[in-house]
Amino acid sequence: MKDSFLIGKVTASGTLVPQISTEISVKDFLGAIMVRWGINRNKYRVGPGLYAVGTPGPESEVFVTANYKLTFDILRKNMTGLNVWILVLDTKGVNVWCAAGKGTFGTKELVSRIRLVSLERIVNHKRLILPQLGATGVAAHKVKEETGFNVHYGPVRATDIKKFILDGNRAEKEMRKVTFNFKDRVKLIPNDFMYGKFYLLGAMAVLFLISGISGNGFSYKDFSGEGGPAILKVFLAYIAGIVITPMLLPYIPARKFSVKGFYAGTVVFLILLLSKYTRGNIFEIISWFLIMTAISSFLAMNFTGSSTFTSLSGVKKEMKISVPFQIVFALVGIILQVVGKFI
Amino acid sequence: MYLPDVVTLELCETTCNGCGMCIKVCPHEVFELSGGKAHIIRRDYCMECGACALNCQVQAIKVNSGVGCAAGIINGILRNSEPTCGCSESKANCC
Repeated sequence: MKDSFLIGKVTASGTLVPQISTEISVKDFLGAIMVRWGINRNKYRVGPGLYAVGTPGPESEVFVTANYKLTFDILRKNMTGLNVWILVLDTKGVNVWCAAGKGTFGTKELVSRIRLVSLERIVNHKRLILPQLGATGVAAHKVKEETGFNVHYGPVRATDIKKFILDGNRAEKEMRKVTFNFKDRVKLIPNDFMYGKFYLLGAMAVLFLISGISGNGFSYKDFSGEGGPAILKVFLAYIAGIVITPMLLPYIPARKFSVKGFYAGTVVFLILLLSKYTRGNIFEIISWFLIMTAISSFLAMNFTGSSTFTSLSGVKKEMKISVPFQIVFALVGIILQVVGKFI
Repeated sequence: MYLPDVVTLELCETTCNGCGMCIKVCPHEVFELSGGKAHIIRRDYCMECGACALNCQVQAIKVNSGVGCAAGIINGILRNSEPTCGCSESKANCC
């Protein structure tokens, strides 16, 4: 499959370097949407190595990035009009932050890639501009020891690159801070929604099966009558945890994500109760409260992995407290569901 | 801000040489440079990413960094190991 972003070749020190476009094509745009929904995420990559934007020369800056194509596209589209080199590391198709955390966007790979492309023959300076979020995987002083190249950490967001360069490779304080506003959060929801699908289908299956129970044993008639609402309630609890909580994150009280999810699940439960969609005897009602809040709390807790401000220590503490509640709520909820069928 | 008073971030000010790398790489402005030394000013905003510790040439900073998501921790418990995404090179799709 030919890469449509390749538009030519640039000569540098006797080698031909592929030249890339700074335009995003329809194919690139659709590809980005797909990976945001978790489709084709493993294979969305570009070849590692050296690329040219515009017509860079020995004095042009070198920007380092990961070989996840979404990262690559976001970088190059912010480089219109520039003449720079891009050094793409082999991060196995993973974005900068996650790869740096794993070590693949790391000192070792950077040093190795610099040597592989013989960077010292391409540029006559010793500067490398790395995305700031690569710092969790790269030790700047070690890269200098091994290759003589100085790592300069650029801004967090590619959109700030041009200003960074104009200011003489200086980043303002705000360019070094990571945010997690509404837009940032919403972008993550589709992937997390799809990623939890096995939890969702599992919960739906369990509740659907239970819905077929009644005083007369197992019955298909009860499946079709009660099964649909059961599945819908599970789905709405899932949405409360993995869509509503992320969207309204800072506005929901409590610091723990699991507790925020609990509140969101409670609100959804109350809406269903007050609209009389959820009805039945007291066991059934309590059981749905417990099951729905267990689901929404658990899914919301999983959003910590997508957030930009939770710490490992904090998540561990949160889990120690909340997971036991989630387990007990789920088990008691299921037991009461069954009990409720026989009253 | 996430949970107060939990992070494992430690800075030894005596060892610090005032290079300022921690300030440059921190995504949450946890540090500030004053009097030729770095200081932790927003400890509770630390996400334990480890960028500061890794880029400190004199190893004045210590922090417990690593996979910090609930799914990774569950994975670690099930495999009786440190928190992990369980991603091998071929299945690097978790994040």
